[in-house]
Amino acid sequence: MGAPVAAPPAAAPSPGGSPAHHGKAAVEGSATWRLTDRIGLAICWALGLLFCAIAVAIVVYLLVQGLKFLKPSMLVTPASAGFTQSESGGFSDALFGTLIVAVMGISLALPIGVGIAVWLVEYGRPAGLARLTESTIEAIAGIPSIVLALFGTVIFSSTALGFLSRTSGGVVFGRSFFAASTMLSLVALPLIVASTREGLGSIPRHVREASYAVGKTKAATTRRILLPASRPQIATGAMLGLGRIIGDTAIIVVLLGATQNFAPVGGAFPFNYLRGAGTTLTNFVYEASPTGNLNQPQKAYAAAFVLLLLVLALNAAVDVVHRRARKVGTWSS
Amino acid sequence: MELVTPPPPPIRRLELEDPNAARQVASPAHDENGATPAPGGFTGARRSIGAPQFSIRRMEIDDVSVSYSNREAVKAVSLPVRQGEVLAMIGPSGCGKTTLLRSLNRLTELTSTATLRGRILLDDVDITLIEPTLLRRRVTMVFQQPNPFPMSVFDNIAYVLREQGSRRQRKKSLEPRVHSALDRAGLFEEVKDNLDHPALKLSGGQQQRLCIARALAAEPEVLLLDEPCSALDPQSTQVIEDLIVKLRDDVAVVIVTHNLQQAYRIADHVAFMYLGELVEYNSATALFGSPREQRTQEYVSGAFG
Repeated sequence: MGAPVAAPPAAAPSPGGSPAHHGKAAVEGSATWRLTDRIGLAICWALGLLFCAIAVAIVVYLLVQGLKFLKPSMLVTPASAGFTQSESGGFSDALFGTLIVAVMGISLALPIGVGIAVWLVEYGRPAGLARLTESTIEAIAGIPSIVLALFGTVIFSSTALGFLSRTSGGVVFGRSFFAASTMLSLVALPLIVASTREGLGSIPRHVREASYAVGKTKAATTRRILLPASRPQIATGAMLGLGRIIGDTAIIVVLLGATQNFAPVGGAFPFNYLRGAGTTLTNFVYEASPTGNLNQPQKAYAAAFVLLLLVLALNAAVDVVHRRARKVGTWSS
Repeated sequence: MELVTPPPPPIRRLELEDPNAARQVASPAHDENGATPAPGGFTGARRSIGAPQFSIRRMEIDDVSVSYSNREAVKAVSLPVRQGEVLAMIGPSGCGKTTLLRSLNRLTELTSTATLRGRILLDDVDITLIEPTLLRRRVTMVFQQPNPFPMSVFDNIAYVLREQGSRRQRKKSLEPRVHSALDRAGLFEEVKDNLDHPALKLSGGQQQRLCIARALAAEPEVLLLDEPCSALDPQSTQVIEDLIVKLRDDVAVVIVTHNLQQAYRIADHVAFMYLGELVEYNSATALFGSPREQRTQEYVSGAFG
């Protein structure tokens, strides 16, 4: 490297005009850095660009393939048996299945997760139990979902929970939307707890005290001040959790039965479906991919594309929440 | 290869702008109030507060000690708190003035290690006998950092007026009380067209006045201010000081400050605390002009602290 390396800057900073510490003007050029630092910076840049490239590649590839193979009819036709891809219907059951487990899973995980986080951050007593809960949740976060699925079969095959799935001759099948959604909510729970704790933890203590200092109880403060202020982080956690729920395959295969269609059992309308087996988009993609039983790769691409759109929509929704929160502003530290 | 690193820019310590200087430029009209300059390093300071019209004893701090675990932060302090007067607590950092202030509305109880001995009376009733949420509506507090709640200007006040977490009582019925609270804090004229705007988008000084309005909305008997101007610029500081002076007839005002000039400008009585002890309690002119205690003399003349 023979490049002439920065001499002391020609214009020494004038003693009075110290540069502004905020804003764009303060960005420091790397021209004066040591060589190793500049190489490090270059590597960071390259890696950042690489990840962008990977993400763009995935989205563009799926977009192209998806648009090529996706037909609107696939979204409303259930899968059916057939010899060719044109005969085997679409994946409406899988799409609805994904929506069902997403809604059920998150509506279990969100209140429980936020509740646990509020208790840990705002109350935290008895301290021993709080610590135990913390490590339990971390443990759940580390358990592979296939293990959760296996555990779920034990629970949901018990006679006591027979009303949640198909039962015949005293044998509880233990495979249903109820079973899958419950275990999927465990997958989402640690993410929601973590991000809610982060949100609550970022609220300065004096803000809570300001609410107590006008005679508000802890409960009122949590409901009206702390939770609304943590909304962006809670939304992020819910989004990450939802992403995990709709992306999970192991629990679907083991606990939802992974049929290609809804398999309703007896009972009143929504419950007959929820107690029965079904499928989701991830499972459909797996089965339709060249390694699966259906072997209809074009539909795999189409379904994967729909899955991707769902995830992108979630991202956009969280973005909206964050943008609204920025409009409300935050406390100067 | 030798790499030449440019010399670091010279570190320049900016003199903190004396809020007093700004005050003199901004409002020479203050000269008539207590124009006699006090000795003891207070030649430049102006009193912006006249003699109290009346004084009613609201709170009585009686031999109060507060300790955190084993460390005693406040040692056997006795003080009166009167409506019609501004009481300033001064002293170096860590002298226990904020702890004492927070014990007046039992905020110290939120710290599990804190224990309090002695008695604090509010209108002759021991505050430990008053339900904390009730007490904290009668003795409200404004903090060092402006901390409006992340909602609209209107809702910040309405939150105080409503029952706990309830959303009951519609906007319309709360409007007069919200407006009057904002008005008492001198903020109404500035925000009346923007009551729906998020409170955290106001300027720092406006945020702090909103916090005062919030504290006043509960119709308290005592208003506690914990260094309310330390995060603000001189202009906002002056606006808030003027407001505090105006408020003293409606509520008993207790302000903690480590800005001696500020205490001199706006307080009727000053309590000087040092290492948890109450060293001297006297009228502001006496404490700054002719302190009885050696330590007070040294502190107000800038010998330490």
